Amino acid sequence: MQATSHAFKDNAHRALQDTELQRAMGHVRSGFIDKRQQAADRLPEFEQLRDEAKAIKDHTLAHLDLYLERYEAKVTENGGKVHWCANAEEARQAVLRICRSLNARTATKGKSMISEEIALNDFLSEQGIEPVETDLGEYIIQIRNEPPSHIIAPAVHVTKEQVESDFRRVHGHLSPERPLSEPTQLVDEARQVLRQRYLDADVGITGANFLIAETGTSVIVTNEGNGDLTQTLPKAHIVIASLEKVVPTLEDCSTILRVLARSATGQEFSSYTTFSTGPRRADDPDGPGEYHVILLDNGRSSMLGTEFQDMLRCIRCGACMNHCPVYHAVGGHSYGWVYPGPMGAVLTPSLIGVHEAGHLPNASTFCGRCEAVCPMRIPLPKMMRHWREREFEQHQTPPKARIGIEAWAFLAKRPRLYRWATSLGVRFLGRAGRKRGRFSNLPLAGGWTAHREMPAPAGRSFQALWAERQQRSGGAP
Amino acid sequence: MSARETVLGGLRRSLKRQPGDGAEAAVEARLRSRVRGTVPQRGQLSGEALLQLFVNQAEGVNATVTRVASSDDVPGAVADYLRQSNLPLQARLAPHPDLQALPWAEKVPMLELSEGRAAPEDRVSVTPAFAAVAETGTLVLHSGPQTPTTLNFLPETHVVVLRAGQVAGAYEEVWDRLREVYDGTMPRTVNMITGPSRTGDIEQKLELGAHGPRRLHIVLVEDGTEPA
Ligand code: SF4
Repeated sequence: MQATSHAFKDNAHRALQDTELQRAMGHVRSGFIDKRQQAADRLPEFEQLRDEAKAIKDHTLAHLDLYLERYEAKVTENGGKVHWCANAEEARQAVLRICRSLNARTATKGKSMISEEIALNDFLSEQGIEPVETDLGEYIIQIRNEPPSHIIAPAVHVTKEQVESDFRRVHGHLSPERPLSEPTQLVDEARQVLRQRYLDADVGITGANFLIAETGTSVIVTNEGNGDLTQTLPKAHIVIASLEKVVPTLEDCSTILRVLARSATGQEFSSYTTFSTGPRRADDPDGPGEYHVILLDNGRSSMLGTEFQDMLRCIRCGACMNHCPVYHAVGGHSYGWVYPGPMGAVLTPSLIGVHEAGHLPNASTFCGRCEAVCPMRIPLPKMMRHWREREFEQHQTPPKARIGIEAWAFLAKRPRLYRWATSLGVRFLGRAGRKRGRFSNLPLAGGWTAHREMPAPAGRSFQALWAERQQRSGGAP
Repeated sequence: MSARETVLGGLRRSLKRQPGDGAEAAVEARLRSRVRGTVPQRGQLSGEALLQLFVNQAEGVNATVTRVASSDDVPGAVADYLRQSNLPLQARLAPHPDLQALPWAEKVPMLELSEGRAAPEDRVSVTPAFAAVAETGTLVLHSGPQTPTTLNFLPETHVVVLRAGQVAGAYEEVWDRLREVYDGTMPRTVNMITGPSRTGDIEQKLELGAHGPRRLHIVLVEDGTEPA
């Protein structure tokens, strides 16, 4: 998709004014957080499993070349084919070649963020192959012609009233009198409409949550069962996966599965975890006749061995965005590409460049909640700071912020001057804000005060208060 | 240069791979040892406690469970379930010897049965299971000549016949059994099924029956075999 990450500030500004979006985002704030906590509390071994999950990925990443070779050999042994692709264009062409060889006219699709990353739907449409998204959330955004706003709940920004009007617009063959205001009715209608599409499709495309080197297996984790219908009914099953999805064994996959659903939706396990190995066997009564894996690099190999390697542990659970106050406020579209929230702020500049996405790592309050909940213990705030440093070094920071940071650095290196300046500032602000205890409008801080108030300082600097406290308790300042 | 060489070359450069750096041996050892991570305590129960955990976990995710004393009771349990759910007395059966051996005609003559992969108009399927995992109330099914995968997803109602001896504590035990039975290769599809199909995609509200089965019913046969 065409990235608009460079326009994060404008995107976010619009999002904050969008009342429909703000209403929809309320469901994220209330839904995911409690459920994850409860699921974690029910499993005493949860924290230990997080450590083990991290260790599995660290080991795999350190041997990624070897595990991928091993994985490929196993896929081939089982009658499947791996298509290595260095970039998005190679991946699109590989999918197209397979579709052409089968004279495919429609392709059903399970949810895949890699497919979004390589903008597969637009490409297939241009080539005369109709892509049909089957995950309910993906289907909704496909008919709305929008990108996903969340990696596991792509239509989380849409209200049910909006879905109703989209369904009425697109499903014109159904009675205009039908009741359609309840989620149950909407889910039923999607089920009914998509049923025929599964049966008619020539090719089924899914993503992969894991690739297993031991057996040459791809794994999808879903709740709806759409991925299974997508990959079972057509002539060919195409898996689109990025390099870092590989894990060594079925046991390793099981350990990570124990933290995945709990972190993502607060379920103990998703409804359907499906392990696919090769095409249907000679005497199987159903299943796809061909099995292809599009194995995509698209920037990942150059993250290995850098300070961003840890990001390759990500299992796309979405917990970091579910717990992010910035994501809650501005929604996923503000981030301007496929991956939103804290994981997007780190990953997007790696994949599409710091020139396009250099603003994203600034979209953080550094509250640290993302790192606290990330099942793979990815140090997201630290990596956002790495990007900020790079942005600063490359002189991409806007002049106003640059002058501010440089002025602060000048003062910070001169302690006496710093103390004098801060006590002056704090005293002034403290006095000015004395009456209400907060500001709703401050010069130079309009960006802050437009959507929240700035608390007025206590009138004395922290250092001054600390020194006084130490003296009182007899300690050295 | 092929894309394969480009990608693998890039990986090797980033990882500073040296010949003789021992990496290959480490990978081989890891794949051979199949080390298990922490298996939660709750997955280490046995006997009735394990069965009870399985039932509770499955019911917790909206599956329903009937426990019967012997496999002769299965046909009656299936017919009762269909009646209670107001479904026609018709079912598509997996062509599996364990199911074929059941006294269908004798016990429930009015139940209309057919066999084979699922067709779009089939409303109810009855399949065996390969195993189950008590830890999360999960059923494990796989594809094969006697167990078409479409039966697990196309019909609105999926009835699974499970023997007590097939219930394991944790996923890892099922992998070992599968390796044993299939000599280290995987069937085309292994389905772990935990409750019926669901979605939260409309305003985060849970709805059952998104694309797969709306109902998942488990007939648990306690034919004297101990759970594993
Ligand atoms: S960064 Fe961590 S929390 Fe965020 S999606 Fe990835 S694994 Fe989940």
